[in-house]
Amino acid sequence: MAGELLLQELTKVFFGLREQVVAVDHANLAVEEGSLVTLLGPSGCGKTTTLRMVGGFEIPTSGEIYLAEERITELPPQRRNTATVFQSYGLFPHMSVFENVAFGLKVRRFRRAEIRRKVEETLALVGLQGLGGRPPNHLSGGQQQRVALCRALVIEPQVLLFDEPLSNLDAKLRVETRDHIRKLQKTLGITSLYVTHDQAEAMAISDLIAVMHAGCIQQMGTPYEIYAKPANTFIADFIGRANFLRGRVAQITEGEMVLDLDGGDSIVVAASDGYAAGDRVKVVVRPEAVDLVGPGEGELSGAITLAHYTGSMATYQVELPDGEVFNVEVLSPQEKGFLEPGTEVGIRIHRKSVHVLDVD
Amino acid sequence: MWGGKLRLPPTSDPGSLTMRERIGRTGGELRRLAHDRGLLLVLVVVVALVATFVVFPLFQVFRESIFPRGQFDATHFVRFFQGAPFLITPFFNSLILGGLVALTGTVVGFTFAFAIARANVPGSRVFRWIATLPMISPPFIMALAAILLLGNRGMITQVIHNVFGVRWSIYGLPGLVLTQTLAYFPVAFMALEGVLRAIDRSTEEAAFDLGASKLRTFVKVTLPLAAPGIGAALLLLFVISLGDFGNPIVIGGRFQVLTVQAYLAITGRYNMPLGATLAILLLVPTALVFIVQRYWLSRRSHVTVTGRPTPSTAHASGPLLRWVLFGVLCFLSGVILLFYGMVVYGAFTHLWGVNHALTMDNFRYVFSVGRRYFMNTVQLAAIATPIGGILGILIAFLVTRKRFPGRKTLDFLSMMNFAVPGIVVGIGYLLAFNAPPLRLTGTAAIILAVFVFQRMPVAIRDGAAMLQQVDAAIDESASDLGAGFMRTFGRIVLPLVAPAMFSGMAYMFATCVTSISAVVMVVSARWQLMTVALLNDVDNAQLSRAAAWGVVIIAVVLAAIFVLDVLVSRLLSRRGSHGR
Repeated sequence: MAGELLLQELTKVFFGLREQVVAVDHANLAVEEGSLVTLLGPSGCGKTTTLRMVGGFEIPTSGEIYLAEERITELPPQRRNTATVFQSYGLFPHMSVFENVAFGLKVRRFRRAEIRRKVEETLALVGLQGLGGRPPNHLSGGQQQRVALCRALVIEPQVLLFDEPLSNLDAKLRVETRDHIRKLQKTLGITSLYVTHDQAEAMAISDLIAVMHAGCIQQMGTPYEIYAKPANTFIADFIGRANFLRGRVAQITEGEMVLDLDGGDSIVVAASDGYAAGDRVKVVVRPEAVDLVGPGEGELSGAITLAHYTGSMATYQVELPDGEVFNVEVLSPQEKGFLEPGTEVGIRIHRKSVHVLDVD
Repeated sequence: MWGGKLRLPPTSDPGSLTMRERIGRTGGELRRLAHDRGLLLVLVVVVALVATFVVFPLFQVFRESIFPRGQFDATHFVRFFQGAPFLITPFFNSLILGGLVALTGTVVGFTFAFAIARANVPGSRVFRWIATLPMISPPFIMALAAILLLGNRGMITQVIHNVFGVRWSIYGLPGLVLTQTLAYFPVAFMALEGVLRAIDRSTEEAAFDLGASKLRTFVKVTLPLAAPGIGAALLLLFVISLGDFGNPIVIGGRFQVLTVQAYLAITGRYNMPLGATLAILLLVPTALVFIVQRYWLSRRSHVTVTGRPTPSTAHASGPLLRWVLFGVLCFLSGVILLFYGMVVYGAFTHLWGVNHALTMDNFRYVFSVGRRYFMNTVQLAAIATPIGGILGILIAFLVTRKRFPGRKTLDFLSMMNFAVPGIVVGIGYLLAFNAPPLRLTGTAAIILAVFVFQRMPVAIRDGAAMLQQVDAAIDESASDLGAGFMRTFGRIVLPLVAPAMFSGMAYMFATCVTSISAVVMVVSARWQLMTVALLNDVDNAQLSRAAAWGVVIIAVVLAAIFVLDVLVSRLLSRRGSHGR
C-alpha cells in the first residue's frame, strides 16, 4: 500500500561560511495512512530538520516529499495540507484561544457560523471547552499545549506533525498528554509524524519508530523490534541500556547457534541469518535479561562493585574477570534479596532475549 | 515494514557534494518562490525599491565622478593624486577633524559611561538624560550655540574683546572639534555604557582578590575588556564626524571639509563632476572603516554575554575617583546645558550680538512666514516614519526568516546606506532623479525617499532586534495554518512588534526632523524644511531667528517622543490582558 506520506532520498545540507553540515542524509520513510511514526534520535541527529522539511519550513537540498501521491517538496507551508504542533507551541499571543484556533479556518474562508461550530467542537475534543475567550498566556503549559494541538486538528490536515510537543511539560503531565495524543490520533485516524529524543515516549506512542543518527535513518521498526532487535551498536545503546559481550560463533545447528564468549562460557542462542562458524560477533544483553545466581552457575561470573536500590528495582555493576563492567537490573529486589558490593555472583543470561550483532 | 533502507553515516567526500548540493539549494529556493506568490510579489517590490533608491543613486555618484556627460574623464582623480589643493586640502582636513573628534568624543563618552555604569556617581539619571539630549536634537544646534557664545558677535567673544582688546573667534578647526565632540559623544557613551555593563564584574573582583590595585585592575583588566568597544566607538565617531555637514557649514569658516566642499561645488559652482568626486573621496575612507569594523574589530570582542545581569554594586572606583568623575560630569553637563540655554535665550532676542532685548518676534516669524517650512517638515517626517518603520521590519523579516536566492545580497544592499554619508546619498538622489523616467527633483516625493531610505538601515536593524523577540514558531504557525506571506506579516508579525515599532518610530521621526546632510541637496523652493531654513538664517547672520528654529525643532521632537510614548503605553495597557 502506498504510504500517505512518503520521503524519498530526502537530504538537507546547511551551508556555513567555512563548513557544510549534512543535517539529513538521504532519508527514506513512509508513514501509512492513519499511523503514527516517530523520528527518534539524540539532539542534532536531523529529526527536527526532517520534520521541518515535511512542514515546509526548510527547503530540501535534494530528494522528494509526497503527500497522498502529490509531490509537495517545494510547496510553501501555506500550500501544503500539513499542520504542526510546535515545541514552543507558537500560539499567537495577541489573539484569544478562540481566535487562535479559528485562524486556520478564517484563512480557508469558512463561514462564521461554521467556524464557531468547528472551533467549539475541537476545543471540547481536547478538553478546553469554555476557555475560548482567554488569552493563551493565561493558560497553564498543558492547556497551551492543547490549544496548539486543537489549532492543528481543526483544519483537518492530511498529516499532523509533532515537534517534541511534550518537552515543555513536567514529567507527570507528559505521560498524561502523551496518552491523550495517542488516543485522539487513533480515534480520529490522523496520519502523524512525531519527533522526540525521549525513547520511552517514542515506545509508548508509536506504531513505528525510525531511529535517526547523524542524519541517517538507521532503523525503522515497531517499538518491539527496535528494542529486541537493534540494527547496530548505536541503536542498542541508545534505546534502553545494553551490555555488549564479544565472542565467536562456535557452531551453528538447526535454528540454534553456539557462541563462545570472550572471558566466559559458551551460550546457545537462536540462530541469526548471515553468520558462519568462526565469525566474530557482538552480543547484546539487556540488563534485565539476566538472573544473578551463585558463583560459577551462570555463563559469566564476577564481583559486584556497585549496588543501588531504587525501590522497584536493584541495579548492580558486576566486574567480569577481564575487567569489563556488566550492568544488571533486578526487579522486585525485596523478593530476591539485596546484594552488597563485594559479593561474588554468577550471571545467567536469558537466551531468548539475546541479540547478535556484527563486530564493527 | 522497512520504509527506509539502512545507511551508515556519510563517508562520501564532502568536496564532491558541494557543487551538486549548492545547485540543489538555489534550485529548491527558486522553485519554492514560484509556488509562493505573496512572497514573490513582495520580494519584487522590495528589490525594485532598494535598487532604485539605494543602489541606483550611489551608482550615479560613481558614474558622474568618472563618466561625466557620458564620457570617461578621471581628471579630478588625477588632480587628486597630483596633489591639487582644492581636493587634497578638504580630504586631509576631514581626516584630521575625524581623528580628533574620534579621540575627544570617545574620551568624553568613556568618562560618562564609566562614571554611570561603573563608578555609580550620584545623579546618574540626570547625567544620562543630558547625554541623550544631543542625540534627539539637530547636531548643528551645537555649532549654532557655539557661535552665539564664541562667534564673531558671541557673548564671550565680546567680553574678551572688551577686556583684552583681542579679536578672537571660534570658527574653523577648534570650533568644529568642540561642537562635534559635544554633538556626537553620546554615540560613544551609549556604545561604551553597554560594553562596560556587559563586562562581568567577577573578572574585576578576581583581580582585586589576587591583590591588584584599583588602578592596575582598571588598566590591566577593565580597559582590555572594553578595548573592542572603545575601538568601535573611535571608528564610529570618526565616520560620523567625516559625514557631518551641519556643524562645518555653520562653524567651519575657512577650514574646508569634504562635505561642505561637495555641497558648495554643486550648489555654488554647478560643478557636478567635482561634487561627485569629493563625494567619492568621502565615501572611500568611510567604507574602509566599516569594512575594518565588520571584519576585524567585530571578531575581537571579549565581553562575555551571559544574559544574566550582574548586580551593579560598583567596586571599580573609590570615593575619590567617584567625586572627581562627578565633578567632570557636572562640568561637561554644564557646558551642554549652557549651549542649549544659549539657543533658547537667543531665540527670544531681537538680533543677536546687536540687540539682546527680549521679544517673541522670531517665533512670530517662524509661525507666519516660516509656517510652511514647519508644516512641510512635520508632515513629511510623519509620512516617512511609518513607511520607513514598516519597510524596515518587512526587510528584516525577509532576510532573517525567509529563504530565497539572493537573500544575503538583499541584506547587504539594503544596509548599505549605513556606511554612506548623508551628503553622498543626497548627491546621488540629485543625480539619479533629475531626469526621466524618474524625475523627482523639486517634489515632496524625493524628500520622503531620502527620509525613508537614508534611515532604512537603522529601521532594519531595529526591526531585526524586534523580530528576535518573536518566536519563529509563531509566524511559522501562521503559514502552517494556511496564511500567505501578506497575511502572516500583516496579521501576526506587525501586531506583535507594534509596541516596539512605535518606540523606534519616535527616534526615526526625530532623525527625519533634524536631518540635514542628505536633504539639503534635494530641497526646493516649494519644499523647504526647518533645518534648511535654520542654516539659511545662520548664513544671513539672523542668529536669533536661527535659534528660534532650533527651539521649534527640539520642541517638535520632544512632542513626538511624548506622543508616541503615550500611544505605546495605551497600546500596551489595552493589550495588557493579551500582552507578551
